[in-house]
Amino acid sequence: MDELQDLYREVILDHNRNPRNFGELADATRVVAGVNPLCGDKMTLYVKLADGRIQDIRFQGTGCAISVASSSLMTERVKGAPVAAALELFDKIHELLTAPHAHEPSADLDKLAALGGVREYPSRVKCASLAWHALKSAVADDQAGSVTTE
Amino acid sequence: MIVATAERSATRLQRDFAALRKDFPALQQLIHGKPLAYLDNAASSQSPTAVHEAMALQQRLHHSNVHRGVHQLSERSTAAYEGAREKVRRFINASSTTEIVFTRGTTESINLVAASFGQRLRAGDEVLITWLEHHSNIVPWQLLCERTGARLVVSPIRDDGSLDGAAFEQLLNERTRIVALAHVSNALGTLNPVAELVAKAHAAGAVVLVDGAQAVPHLRVDMQDLDCDFYAFSGHKMFGPTGTGVLYGKRAHLETMPPYQGGGDMILTVSFERSTYNALPYKFEAGTPNITGVVGLGAAVDYLESIDFAAVDAHEHALLERATERVLAEIPGARIVGTAARKASVLSFVVDGIHAHDLGTIVDREGVAIRTGHHCAMPVMERFGVAATARASFALYNNHDDVDRLLAGLQRAVEIFRG
Repeated sequence: MDELQDLYREVILDHNRNPRNFGELADATRVVAGVNPLCGDKMTLYVKLADGRIQDIRFQGTGCAISVASSSLMTERVKGAPVAAALELFDKIHELLTAPHAHEPSADLDKLAALGGVREYPSRVKCASLAWHALKSAVADDQAGSVTTE
Repeated sequence: MIVATAERSATRLQRDFAALRKDFPALQQLIHGKPLAYLDNAASSQSPTAVHEAMALQQRLHHSNVHRGVHQLSERSTAAYEGAREKVRRFINASSTTEIVFTRGTTESINLVAASFGQRLRAGDEVLITWLEHHSNIVPWQLLCERTGARLVVSPIRDDGSLDGAAFEQLLNERTRIVALAHVSNALGTLNPVAELVAKAHAAGAVVLVDGAQAVPHLRVDMQDLDCDFYAFSGHKMFGPTGTGVLYGKRAHLETMPPYQGGGDMILTVSFERSTYNALPYKFEAGTPNITGVVGLGAAVDYLESIDFAAVDAHEHALLERATERVLAEIPGARIVGTAARKASVLSFVVDGIHAHDLGTIVDREGVAIRTGHHCAMPVMERFGVAATARASFALYNNHDDVDRLLAGLQRAVEIFRG
């Protein structure tokens, strides 16, 4: 497998072509705008929180395949999850994308491990991390707000 | 090296440009195991060996401060620095070296005019820019308008990316104090009819600043022909080093403008009560300048002066036309953004279903360097309803192989995304 195929794995291409949970969420309790100033990509994350759980989650916006797939994979994974679990997942993804030494991604990341392909592409790490920063902001903060990758 | 002649055959041209490519060591390297096809010249161009050597010599043997020492090294540095000013003057056909101010780049040149000349603006005055501008020719004017209560007015463009001349004329009025416009659009390549626009702005009583960053590496620019009041450009887009730039300003304006920054070299006398300012252009060059960089810029001007611009124009347009035709014919879902009749060698495009960033990453693995994103021109992107484009921009050292390589890279992207 060459490096490009490692970046653009089938699961990434699939989620880019057919993003899951795409669109507005009318009864969201948190709305976070995410911006990647480097490329002008924008995404809005809608989260409905209740009883310490992510009851529903959707996203909207434009971006590259990595950014769209990351958002789609994330929403698929955390929908229905407790907030604490989502925050734990944030830390694991953060490590996957940025840890100085590559290591086997933990098995529980499952499909999300595909995002690790960006490690070889420093300028693209932010594309993968934007959605996750938006998630963290949405579930950890009391207020809705905005995040950037800078 | 290219020598100006009236007639030359296409083959001759090809051979000359092939020889010239050897002057650029950066082009001789492999990227991801493949020869570099450098097509990001609108962002920054590679520099020839002559520039590197001039800078190395300055740094190795002549290093010292300018305009102050009586010792030999300072005299050499001053001669080299001021020599570069004369080269720039001749290159753009300014009347006098007093009209050539060295800056960090186009951005600083524009900020200088906005901060200094801008002090005479009042509430109700207008600054007219165009929809084509780079952020560096928008934000300094926005800041000025916030400070003074002046109004920023934007002249619209047509669907092909050309300036709507009739609308421009309508927007000019007795309140228009400054017109700021790009000579060549960095995002689309549109070439503005600057001399004509300057004449119209002058008739309305406005002064004109031209952002020439994208024009100087491709066209002969002549301050007497253009008759603009200010002209700003950068060294690193014309085969010189980063951190160097030029502000040309008509002497009558520069003389009446207050200093931009205070410091050494820009004063005649300093006391705690009051200081008096140095003569032009030193009034606008506070502190120790980028001496080595300016020496490199001078060498870049020498390099450009040795080249026949008409041949460069023909060569770059041949590459642009071929790349445009092939992208449209061979890449399914490709659309060119910016199709004005008069363009410099910029090819901005989008491909259905493949984001520009993904195109950029994939062609990079094939050794092809292009720019992807909003090109510091978000309003232009908005105007065309795209978040980002891929941009291939050609310089005199590019060739048909580079175009072939770009197409091969784009084909690879299509394979990956469409299976």
